[in-house]
Amino acid sequence: MIMTMVQAINQALAGEMTRDDRVLILGEDVGRDGGVFRVTDGLFDKFGPDRVMDTPLAESGIVGASIGLAVAGLRPVAEIQFMGFIYPAFNQIVSHLARLRNRTRGRFTAPVVIRTPYGAGVKALEHHSESTEGLFCQIPGLTVVVPSNPHDAKGLLIAAIRGQDPVLFLEPTKLYRSDKMEVPEEPYEVPLRQAAVVREGRDATIVAWGAMIPVAREAAAAAESQGTSVEIVDLRTLSPMDRETVLLSVRKTGRALVLHEAPKTGGLGAEIAATIAESALLSLSAPVIRVTAPDITVPLPKSEDLYYPSADRVLRAVRKLMEY
Amino acid sequence: MIERFDPLKGERLHVLDEGGRSAPDLDPGLDDASLRALYERMVRTRAADAKALKLQRQGRFGTYAPSLGHEAAQVGLASAMTKDDWFFPYFRDLGAYLTLGYPLADYYHFWMGNEAGLRTPDGLNIFPVAIPVASQIPQAAGAALALKLRKLGGAVVVTFGDGGTSEGDFHEGLNFAGVFRTPNVFVCVNNQFAISVPRSRQSASATLAQKAVAYGFPGVQVDGNDVLAVFAAVREALATARSGGGPTLIEAFTYRLGDHTTADDASRYRAKEEVQEWERRDPLLRFRLHLEHKGLWSEAFEKELQAAAAAFVDQAVAEAEARPAATPEDVFASTYATMPPDLAAQLAALKESLPEGRR
Repeated sequence: MIMTMVQAINQALAGEMTRDDRVLILGEDVGRDGGVFRVTDGLFDKFGPDRVMDTPLAESGIVGASIGLAVAGLRPVAEIQFMGFIYPAFNQIVSHLARLRNRTRGRFTAPVVIRTPYGAGVKALEHHSESTEGLFCQIPGLTVVVPSNPHDAKGLLIAAIRGQDPVLFLEPTKLYRSDKMEVPEEPYEVPLRQAAVVREGRDATIVAWGAMIPVAREAAAAAESQGTSVEIVDLRTLSPMDRETVLLSVRKTGRALVLHEAPKTGGLGAEIAATIAESALLSLSAPVIRVTAPDITVPLPKSEDLYYPSADRVLRAVRKLMEY
Repeated sequence: MIERFDPLKGERLHVLDEGGRSAPDLDPGLDDASLRALYERMVRTRAADAKALKLQRQGRFGTYAPSLGHEAAQVGLASAMTKDDWFFPYFRDLGAYLTLGYPLADYYHFWMGNEAGLRTPDGLNIFPVAIPVASQIPQAAGAALALKLRKLGGAVVVTFGDGGTSEGDFHEGLNFAGVFRTPNVFVCVNNQFAISVPRSRQSASATLAQKAVAYGFPGVQVDGNDVLAVFAAVREALATARSGGGPTLIEAFTYRLGDHTTADDASRYRAKEEVQEWERRDPLLRFRLHLEHKGLWSEAFEKELQAAAAAFVDQAVAEAEARPAATPEDVFASTYATMPPDLAAQLAALKESLPEGRR
């Protein structure tokens, strides 16, 4: 069936809740309203108020309660309405969720999935365009996942719900409805911790994820018409990272560009560039280039073009790589 | 019984008076063996706590948060629990741990600096200590919601201090519990200090128990140095929780006789006279008097308890200290369900860099 990412995520949730009655959804407006992006549309009617729970407006409470729910045998999928509002729950994520398995040497685990929309590009209010995945990739024990298309969104979310580790599942707001594709009706898993080569190429590698994948594709198509063959690696799981797929591609193409919409300094792009420097330096024909947002606060929508990496910026960087 | 003591009117539940005499209409009616067991648990807690302090001074322990003065609150609340109940502790709960059957050697092992000691033995529903203040409260609400949804029948007890009531997680947790009518018993061990900051700086509320009113469920302040009062209140609140009656907030009014931790010096912020005043209200002393009145205490009994407690503690120290140091695998292996290749490479590299005996 042809569907959007919103529909694919909804289908993943419905399927997992049907398969496993321990799975439940909690968050703000996820019930009768179906979520502010309608991701949980219809689930309240289908599964009832004990499985799709509207909670008080309290992000730390949502994640904290999810830890307790998981420890006592359930499989909570918590929704944080926007990534910009996740910070009240940061303590629960850092101090408990991610480290519970380790601090009890496996006696207690918290297989909680936190879903949250992230990123710019939908003309939203202040605090609704954050892309701070880098903060969460510094937390051992936490798996950070970002799908870039409806097919992966469904399969990755199912894998996250079935997994044994806590997962932060970042949904690119910009891609919720912008793109439709064929998605199988039946449940399937797209494995976590595995990047995907989503476009093959010979001359340069772009490493990206989430809403930057369409930007990378647009740049790659333009480069192709200018005679440069670009490969795109969609990281999909940001942490723990599939470094092998990145290195394999870079060793083949000899040129690497890391693309993210988060600010530059201390971003995940730095980690990827360092990985390439550590393990593939001698394959490189040019220094690694990062194309990222600048180190500024996300501007309001009228100035988003000054922030968001564009296909044109990526294309210029690809040319720079080729001309080095 | 709980509803008879209105925190908004400043009423506080006591079963025992300062001389150890119990109020007949409030006495929980425990048999002789149970009364003696309460005392034995308090004696054991005090012995284990004193030993921990000694070991810390000798450099055999890490920074430690002592329980001196909290024995009645800790033992009282845990003695009211059954094996179906869950306990979400804060970090000053030694007596509750011991009462619930947590091995002292494990408890020591953790405070000696190895998280292997936080691995709750199978069969015990004790969550690991929460050091980030109040963060355990919403977790306890979530666990209680799970028990309710799964119809498992137990309830969840969570402890925190007076300072914890100032945190956002206190509000979020109690509010959540009120909305979902979860089977929770929230026990605030109000020991008058959050490190150096006095209770009056935590809240302008006359009592902490009265905060429950705003969340739509009962709150009661009890004498935290009266083990029977704590026991009776928690027992009643647990029965309410288990039967679907929702949560209760219990404020156990007590005093921290020791420093906040071994890294603290309480003489910087409170008067000696105040501490001495509370030493006169020692929870062990008061309960001993109660046992004496009932003919359940003698010098010989005391000696026997003290000797048994000392042996129990020494055995735990020996056991904890005999445990091997954590290996590199130990500190890596439980980060994820399965180790990512990258982490495995980091482990291998670390081992290579370590001296032969540490690998």
